[in-house]
Amino acid sequence: MADVTQLIHDYLRHNKKFPHVFCAGCGHGIVLGSLIRSVHALGLPKDDVVLVAGIGCSGRMAVYVDFNTVHTTHGRALTFATGIKMANPKLKVICVMGDGDAMSIGGNHLIHAARRNIGVTALILNNQIYGMTGGQCSSATPQGDISMTTPFGSLEKAFDIVEMCKAAGASYVARGTSFHAIQLDRLISSAIMHPGFSVVEVFSPCPTQYGRKNKFRNAVDMYKWLKANTVKVETLKEPDQKPADGRIPIGVFRDVEEPGLEERYFELQRKLMGQNR
Amino acid sequence: MKAPQPIDRFEIRLSGLGGQGLITLGRLLGSALALGHGYYVTQTQSYGPEARGGSSRADVVVSSRPISYPKTENLDLLVALSPEACNSYYRLLKRTGILLVDTTLVKHAPTNVYLGLPFTQMAKEQIGNPMTINTMVMGAVTHLLPFADPKVMRKSLEANLPAKIREVNAKAFALGLKQAQRNFGDAGGIWAAAEENGAHSEDDIIV
Amino acid sequence: MAVQRKKRKRRELFALGNEAVAEGALLAGCSFYAGYPITPSTEIMEVMANRLPLIEDGVFIQMEDEIASMGAAIGASLAGRKAMTATSGPGFALMQEHIGYACMVEAPLVVVNVMRGGPSTGLPTSPAQADVQMARWGTHGDHPIIVLSASNVQECLEMTVTAFNFAEKYRTPVILLLDEVTAHTREKITVPDPDEVEILSRVEPTVPPEWFKPYADTARGVPAMAPIGSGYRTHVTGLTHDVMGYPTQRPDEVKDAMLRLFRKIDQYYGDIQMADEYMMDDAEVAVVAYGSVARSAHLAVEQARERGAKAGLLTLKTLFPFPRPAVEKLTHRCHTVVVPEMNMGQMSREVKRVNNGRTKVRTINRVDGQIITPSEILKAIL
Repeated sequence: MADVTQLIHDYLRHNKKFPHVFCAGCGHGIVLGSLIRSVHALGLPKDDVVLVAGIGCSGRMAVYVDFNTVHTTHGRALTFATGIKMANPKLKVICVMGDGDAMSIGGNHLIHAARRNIGVTALILNNQIYGMTGGQCSSATPQGDISMTTPFGSLEKAFDIVEMCKAAGASYVARGTSFHAIQLDRLISSAIMHPGFSVVEVFSPCPTQYGRKNKFRNAVDMYKWLKANTVKVETLKEPDQKPADGRIPIGVFRDVEEPGLEERYFELQRKLMGQNR
Repeated sequence: MKAPQPIDRFEIRLSGLGGQGLITLGRLLGSALALGHGYYVTQTQSYGPEARGGSSRADVVVSSRPISYPKTENLDLLVALSPEACNSYYRLLKRTGILLVDTTLVKHAPTNVYLGLPFTQMAKEQIGNPMTINTMVMGAVTHLLPFADPKVMRKSLEANLPAKIREVNAKAFALGLKQAQRNFGDAGGIWAAAEENGAHSEDDIIV
Repeated sequence: MAVQRKKRKRRELFALGNEAVAEGALLAGCSFYAGYPITPSTEIMEVMANRLPLIEDGVFIQMEDEIASMGAAIGASLAGRKAMTATSGPGFALMQEHIGYACMVEAPLVVVNVMRGGPSTGLPTSPAQADVQMARWGTHGDHPIIVLSASNVQECLEMTVTAFNFAEKYRTPVILLLDEVTAHTREKITVPDPDEVEILSRVEPTVPPEWFKPYADTARGVPAMAPIGSGYRTHVTGLTHDVMGYPTQRPDEVKDAMLRLFRKIDQYYGDIQMADEYMMDDAEVAVVAYGSVARSAHLAVEQARERGAKAGLLTLKTLFPFPRPAVEKLTHRCHTVVVPEMNMGQMSREVKRVNNGRTKVRTINRVDGQIITPSEILKAIL
């Protein structure tokens, strides 16, 4: 444990940036730890990693780590990431977004990034709420749940991020949780090494803004709930069907080798320039 | 390149229907006069939904001095390839200006003083391609512009067209030029007559 | 576009204003274009789509909307590219948040807005000059910005090069405003030999990464910029940040950061504020115009002079920071200033502010999608 802690410290920025903004019990720190372990295990130089973040609690993650970090605007992180990847395809571009960030305000950019299969990894930290602004419902808040803007229960259905990204054409789609940290390391590592657009949705509890209002007594309850209510997709008899018992499948839902947009673009460019010579 | 003749704002409007290639004609004509002859040229066009199927137009201003206002105000030459265009823009023609129409489509010009060739018919029957009407008009217009050298115009036209359609358009250009020479007479004479006509005209064609 | 070769690798083209913008961008070293089609700016995008894939490392990408276009352009700029996007009114409205972001993180890039009739969808194929104040104040929060204008096709090329140079020199987004008439007029232009043109690029840090302060104040007020991936591993954020680029709310740090943003532009007004004078030496009536309307004004001034009126023209090439000295000078010499523009009085407001009651100011305003004609301006002069 001590060496893991030491490892994580090697990747954090120590000048002026702590304490961090995450509440006690928040899942985001676990995701950050998992990200750092994955980058380290893959042996990627810090200089080659770009962490592009949106706005929200998850967006604050960028400032803490010693990579190239860009804290962008609400919902638009993927557009910046697309520009960076096309401008310098050698970089490993990882985009951290929240559920409101990626699915509500940035939904258009998410489906288009998936469609064009840009070689960027999208980590969507789904805490089912707008945490930073004080607990308003997002497009991932389950129907019937209470938030500051759905005081009588949400009437709208929540997005299924995995299904949507699959439908939009992402070539790697996975779902994990901040309870299943070991599995999460694996999912994030494969996502980073995947050539095209990769998405990892991570269920990451928000005890402060979501749990409190929705009958979770404390943070521990929320992690227990994740343990009890998720199921490994590979253990399902029909992995394409949602489990009848309402449990959330986790694991890899799609993994196909397709060259990313940047590979196809520069391949075309080489061809065109060869013809021109 | 010969030194350009002095011209002070010679304004041309090419008008007719969408699909007649008028904006391309404006571009080809402008390019030939600007790059081939070294004149100052501004070329503008009407954009909008009406450019598809409805009326269409391109304007060209030619001068031997830098052009300030890029659009047309008083036309020296109006090319009208449809009755609607002829009727709407005829009033913008200077008293001493010249009207050139497609006699296949414009049966009743708003004046007795005009020049005409059956461009549509010629393009269909003699070239076998109605799409060449614009380059044929360019041939006829080349004849009407005393400051345009037909050889330079033709060379520029060919340089600006893709190989696939170069030959047929060169043929159309040559036909337009030849028919204009045969039917309209010498360009100097045409403009002298227009000048004469304008000076004696009782019609007030002031915008 | 027809091409003719001459000595010194200059090229003559018969080109649209929009095509000239693209030529200027490529000349200035633009290697990244992200955009979304919108009339009447689309030809810029089309030329870039044809040319950039043929240039070593040139990147063209069509994004899903104008917000994304600006995002991608900023991303590319941060990764070391000279980036641009082009749009028109409705798209320019969508870009505003990211223009503010680019101001805040000091990302050099060029945004071309070809102005069409508005508000809303308005008149997509007709000219207007009604986005002038939006270009200045469109994004939220106090910020300085450079807004340039071009009135003919050659100027479209030249001002695009200038826009890139200013963007790189001052680390700021630069907005180039055209109107539909300028964008859609074809004229002969000369594309200069690249060796003849001064091309500026951002200053990159020379200190070792551990010493580098990405937003440190300098004499010029413009910090060195380390491209992403160059080993400097900086943090870039739209939050107000300290010299290290980390978010801060400390009033002293916030004040320093904000004042430096202004100062880096303010102290170079002499370099940035460009205006052309025509027949102004003895003018008693001055026309102040920009964009295609300046061309109408030019003819009107000529015609007024033929009739014995002492008229002159000041063509504004920089709209913001407003060329105050040039306008102030003429308000001391002339008895009347005429400001024609295709809006209800967006720049005349600036002129009046500088004029401060010294001379009469006559405005000519058109919002019917038509260019102001020389005769309208002549009437106001006489």
